Amino acid sequence: MSKSKSLLAKVTALLLPFLASPAYAEYALNFPEAVAPLTQQMYDLHMLTTKIATIIMIIVIGIVTFAILKFRKSKGYNADQTFHKSAFGTWSWILVPIIVLGIDLTIAGSASDALKQVEDYSQKADVTIKVIGSQWKWTYEYMDDDIRIVSNMLPKEEAGDNYLRAVDNPLVLPTNKRVRFLHTASDVLHAWWVPQIVYKKDSIPGYINETWTNIQKEGTYRGQCAENCGTGHAFMPIVVEAISPEKYDAWKAEKKAAMAAAAAEASADKTWTKDELMAKGEKVYTTNCVACHQATGTGVPGVFPALAGSKIATEDKPGHIDVVMNGKSGTAMAAWANQLNDLELAAVITYERNAWGNNTGDVVQPADIKSARK
Amino acid sequence: MSAVIHEAHGHDGHHDGPPKGFTRWLYSTNHKDIGTMYLVFALVMLFIGGGMAMLIRAELFYPGLQIVNPDLFNNLVTDHAMIMIFGAVMPAAAGMANWMIPMMIGAPDMALPRMNNMSFWLLPAAAILLLSSLLVQFVPGTGTPVNTGWTIYPPLSVQTGLGMDLMIFAIHTLGISSIMASINIVTTILNMRAPGMPLMKMPLFVWAWLFTGLLLIIVMPVLAGGITMLLFDRHFGTSFFDAAGGGDPVLFQHLFWVFGHPEVYVLLLPSIGVLGLVIPTFSRKPLFGYKPLVFFMGFLFALGLVVWAHHQYTIGMSLGATMYFMIGTILISIPVGLMIFNFIFTMWRGAMTFETPMLFGIAIILMFSFAGVTGVMLAVVPADLQYHDTYFVVAHFHYALIPGAVFGLYAGVFYWLPKWTGHMYNETHGKIFFWWTTIGFNLTFFPQHFSGLAGMPRRIVDYNIQYIEFNQISTIGAFIFGLSHLLFLYIIIKTVKGGEKAADNPWEGSQIGTTGLEWTLPSPPPFHSFTTPPKIN
Repeated sequence: MSKSKSLLAKVTALLLPFLASPAYAEYALNFPEAVAPLTQQMYDLHMLTTKIATIIMIIVIGIVTFAILKFRKSKGYNADQTFHKSAFGTWSWILVPIIVLGIDLTIAGSASDALKQVEDYSQKADVTIKVIGSQWKWTYEYMDDDIRIVSNMLPKEEAGDNYLRAVDNPLVLPTNKRVRFLHTASDVLHAWWVPQIVYKKDSIPGYINETWTNIQKEGTYRGQCAENCGTGHAFMPIVVEAISPEKYDAWKAEKKAAMAAAAAEASADKTWTKDELMAKGEKVYTTNCVACHQATGTGVPGVFPALAGSKIATEDKPGHIDVVMNGKSGTAMAAWANQLNDLELAAVITYERNAWGNNTGDVVQPADIKSARK
Repeated sequence: MSAVIHEAHGHDGHHDGPPKGFTRWLYSTNHKDIGTMYLVFALVMLFIGGGMAMLIRAELFYPGLQIVNPDLFNNLVTDHAMIMIFGAVMPAAAGMANWMIPMMIGAPDMALPRMNNMSFWLLPAAAILLLSSLLVQFVPGTGTPVNTGWTIYPPLSVQTGLGMDLMIFAIHTLGISSIMASINIVTTILNMRAPGMPLMKMPLFVWAWLFTGLLLIIVMPVLAGGITMLLFDRHFGTSFFDAAGGGDPVLFQHLFWVFGHPEVYVLLLPSIGVLGLVIPTFSRKPLFGYKPLVFFMGFLFALGLVVWAHHQYTIGMSLGATMYFMIGTILISIPVGLMIFNFIFTMWRGAMTFETPMLFGIAIILMFSFAGVTGVMLAVVPADLQYHDTYFVVAHFHYALIPGAVFGLYAGVFYWLPKWTGHMYNETHGKIFFWWTTIGFNLTFFPQHFSGLAGMPRRIVDYNIQYIEFNQISTIGAFIFGLSHLLFLYIIIKTVKGGEKAADNPWEGSQIGTTGLEWTLPSPPPFHSFTTPPKIN
């Protein structure tokens, strides 16, 4: 009895998504709504080729179906052995390529117009954002404003239905302004893509690629990393908040003030207590380190080394500071010296040396980092 | 129609039979035995690669991580592609070439029989390397698995561990094997034709393999160069692909796709060749345009070599270069469109019957056309900047390669199985397999167009809940598609073991419009096909 019941429960659970599930009842069959002129143009181009493709398929399926129904041996149809020598057999080899070429040129014509728009960098941009892809987060630098945002994926508990498409710090952009994106990467290839507002160009280490947009509508736009970047490729979402230019200016002022306060705090000659550093360190760790080294500090065996009980995190303190600041070449370990400030570095190293049973009691102060930077 | 005169086999004192025991296979220089080994190898690899695909789809049935971790997932994606391309499709096509080409052109065997033996026996070695590149991750201390996808782009492929080195050596071994097989086939075709068979009378399958062989000889060394540079970057301190050392990560992409795009035609052309025999046979009417089809295969061969960068529209090329690759790629629709046109009008005014090979033939015409039109959509750069690296691409190339290459080989298997084994396969079973596998295939890949348009990227182990419906349909389809191959295996084993005796020429229309000599031999053919060159009148 109970066995069949549990089987029934399993089958129901399996079929549940197909039955009534209003949470995701909306089927997305096409591109999401475009909210920028370029993505709109791409959408129109996509619809043009889709229509041409549909018409061609209808013609092909129609002719084949007619042939299958009519020219069957079972209906006593005799094969026309000289059909290929008829006038049709001769002239079609000239006519059909011309027709295909005509369709091709129609498509290529509209495509090259749109392509010239994509590659049109003659207009000055109002906002320039440098987008840096790294394993596995995005960093945004506002080139004109000295603002820097590090954007990490939100865990499932906080993201809800937007899990894998939600981040802690979204990129904030103004509407109705020409925005220029400069794409690069710090480690491997990535691709920054938000289908509604901007198409993709790869982020390549050593390269700067350029895209642009002009967002027409306020809103939250989501995307994901599109170029395979390793273990965390699926966990590298992108969120853009588009707000009106006035709100954008206010946001910028607020952000700058917050960043100045944080910088002042970090550079103050204050000696921090272990508890303060541990609390801050845990935060830094969860944002930056958890993807590889895991919340439990155990890493992923054979892939990412464990920190809990590791030699470097329990004994060699200068070595520990060095690895965190300068990374380890030939591995996925990044150099954090330029990504985190002195306080954050000190906090996270302190945290790593005291969490998960690494009870070294060591405290690393921002001053230690400052001297290590020299 | 051709009249053939050749000496009767098996007269007194003529030792014709195969050697006994395992040495028959290990030391074989016989084109039929080597062909059989190629086909069996391909079948084994088809099941391994298919198993991986089903594991991938099972993981994607639900969002979240259920069965595999992210690295193993992308390693499965990598190995699924490598095994299907290098392990299943290419060896199967080479096996058919080995079996059929000498018989079609009236040759006693392949031109270089010992090299033939070597090019086959490199394959099991390569397969072991390839599978160990997957399995080595379970040994601690071997670094990150090959989580790069089959394109093995640096810098990610420089980060990965020992698995990548095994992968590089596997590709080298496979490459050597393919180059040798290609040299052998091209040499056979150019030198061993029976008197009275000029190039323009060769069966289409032979023409297709001539182009395939030449393509492989041209492009395989480029890939070999690229992966050797990658190996040097990994271990010997060079910086070919490392921007920090003055190298260029994009260079590898160019080297890869100079090989990778023609490789698509390597997979495709042999099946077009099979189609060029199957469609006229079951329409009982000559090919609508033999010369045009040869010409358009040549056109495709040439165009295929110069459009590689359409796989890399997003790397940031100049406007001029992008425009060139876009227009070049759109123009591929001319040769491919004309091939489809040719097959459709071969059926037109024919007297068709619908045996299993013909069913596959018609399915290929329809589904490959569909891949063709989505191919034109993808060729359009501004739209591709949205499609690139999404499931739309995954759907497109599976529509191109499964009907275009794999189904063509299935058609070939059913078409030639009576000739190879001397037994007819069970037509009802064949038809059930056709419908089962075609429905499964479409159920798997058609929905992926939609998840791609909605924004689901490729090579992700976990996806947002909004993509769940299409992924679940896709997974169910994948299991239907995968399991249908058990029937395929059953049909093959049953036909090899016995069954209704096949006539020398089991298909009524097989001699219409081809000068191939394969049907003039008994079924199954003797161990040595033509001991004296046949004469074609």
